[in-house]
Amino acid sequence: MTVPTADVDDLQAAVETDGAIEFDGLRLARGEEGYALETPESDWSGLDEVELRDALVTVREYVTNWRYWQDSIGGDGTARRTFLRWCERAPLADEIDRLRADDQSSPAPDDYETLAVPQRYEILRDGFDREWGQLCVTTRLVDSHDVDERAGERVYDLWHVDDADTDLADLEVYDDPRDAREIATFDEDDRYRPLKTAPTLVSGWAFTGLSGDELVETIEFFYPATIANWHRELRGDLDVDHWLETAERQTGIYDVIDELPREAVDWMAEACCVDSQCLRRREWQYEAGDDLDVDGGDGPFPCREPCSLVVAAARKWTVLESEDERTYELELTTSELNQLTELIDAVAEGRTDEIREADVYDGANRYRARYLRAKRFADDGSLDAREVDE
Amino acid sequence: MQALVIAAHGSHLNPDASDPTYAHADAVRETGAFDEVREAFWKEEPHFREVIRTLESDEVFVVPLFISEGYFTEQVIPRELRLEEWDPDLWESDGTDASQVTLEATDVDKTIHYCGPTGTHDAMTDVIVQRAESVTGDPDVGDGFGLAVVGHGTDRNENSAKAIEYHTVRIRERDRFDEVKALFMDEEPEVDDVTDYFESDDVVVVPLFVADGYHTQEDIPEDMGLTEDYRLGWDVPAEVDGHRIWYAGAVGTEGLMADVILERAADAGADVGDARDAIRAAANVAVPDGGRDADAGAGTGD
Repeated sequence: MTVPTADVDDLQAAVETDGAIEFDGLRLARGEEGYALETPESDWSGLDEVELRDALVTVREYVTNWRYWQDSIGGDGTARRTFLRWCERAPLADEIDRLRADDQSSPAPDDYETLAVPQRYEILRDGFDREWGQLCVTTRLVDSHDVDERAGERVYDLWHVDDADTDLADLEVYDDPRDAREIATFDEDDRYRPLKTAPTLVSGWAFTGLSGDELVETIEFFYPATIANWHRELRGDLDVDHWLETAERQTGIYDVIDELPREAVDWMAEACCVDSQCLRRREWQYEAGDDLDVDGGDGPFPCREPCSLVVAAARKWTVLESEDERTYELELTTSELNQLTELIDAVAEGRTDEIREADVYDGANRYRARYLRAKRFADDGSLDAREVDE
Repeated sequence: MQALVIAAHGSHLNPDASDPTYAHADAVRETGAFDEVREAFWKEEPHFREVIRTLESDEVFVVPLFISEGYFTEQVIPRELRLEEWDPDLWESDGTDASQVTLEATDVDKTIHYCGPTGTHDAMTDVIVQRAESVTGDPDVGDGFGLAVVGHGTDRNENSAKAIEYHTVRIRERDRFDEVKALFMDEEPEVDDVTDYFESDDVVVVPLFVADGYHTQEDIPEDMGLTEDYRLGWDVPAEVDGHRIWYAGAVGTEGLMADVILERAADAGADVGDARDAIRAAANVAVPDGGRDADAGAGTGD
């Protein structure tokens, strides 16, 4: 790989403008004694223009790296840029790295270890993988044997994590970010996915050769706003709206949800906001200083307030929780009582489809359920139970 | 940099509810008029609450893909966007006049141009007429035809009916159709009795709804007597009480809606260049007569 002349020209122009540049280990300054050039591995001083150009060729990876981030990506301080740098283990913005150095308790991205430019180029030649929920992002250098003007350019491939070992020929290949909308709309049973961060993303597809902007746009369609909130969390300014704030803000038919009892909010979080149901990590609590009992999960991107699905479900639970408890009497064998437990559990865990037709040993087997209904339901189709007067 | 956010309702239950939003957003994307175009929803993601922070642009034009001014445009959207200085009076509207107001979103350092809903924009009148042309397959439809503009109607929000009546009057003044009437689902005059209100043999029925769903694909066709059961489908046109009813489905799915979205943003100061021409050309629309549309549509031919 050579270093494109245009990149050297741009680098020199930047130094003329700013006096010095410092980026990802590359330092270049122009002083009275000539140019000073420094990388972690080498340094020169007192270079004239010709010597500078010769020296830059020996640190070409630093030059093309500078060009890629300053020109192709730009957007200093944006979530987009920070995410793309995270994708290849580049140091994140100074501000974020400093925050993390100062405060070990601030949320660091998973086992984040930054790499210097030569090491990054080495892993990027083979393609480097990062996981984002159920997505796997592969960052790789464009093969630049005959396109020197794009030396150092990265492209991005996106897959389902389950397809990591699948041959590309066996996948449906896309290159338009908008196609992600279609892929994300239905689960593998063709049911609508209203919650984009549900762990039910279908596999069998791949986006290849995306630019950095296109990658971020594609992820925005798969997991809207996750990059923006992740970036805020990194910077230490994630603005969390706890349950009570969100509930009290509601109007119209959702005006009632702030009446949901405190303990019911725990049950709701256990039902909806756990890793098995959503890839976001719940950061909101009942209110500041009053944490819910349920763990927020291990998702990579933070959930900063109850989502619209939770708000809609909360309305139903608020109505249901307003009912008084009563005592009922009904006839059941011990096994039948246990069977009710198995039925509820099977539905709650979404495993009714997995129960085999003839597996009558499973209490949630369809024939077992039909037998129980035939035996214990009244003629009107309800459970044959009598309310007990207290 | 400038961004466009199309704010729509969406659905937890029906994946088709967001289709028109995506289609119009894509049409605007194709024009390249905005650095960023983003869909946002009440019931889908990104939620209104999160959308602004996903943008890099400093200037953000938010256009509600809603039919009328009311609960969503006056309360829900501004609240969820954290437009703390918002007050409905800033629109200085009596129900159909909202144009735009410029505010700061308090969770991000951005200027938000909060626009009136698409449904009450004057350009929406063209979309309704275009819908009549699409469903009849006749670019000159009008002579010998009645047109029914159908709204939901509700006692809870008088603006809901105002938007329907506003366009009805505007189309009537164009003197194109023999008769133009506003009809409603939940108030008088009701769409159930559509044939009672028209003398014309042919009546085009255009529901002023954003997306096709329960009302436009189940309720209204059955109520009008187009079909016994919506699952069996219906003919276009269908014979009802000696009239031919040309039922159009939700007007919001018409391609020209993207033009209304651009109009709203342009009225709020967005630089849309010649994007409107591109949208109108793609929708195969003639330049409308006179008025403020004349120059904006110039060059598209007819």
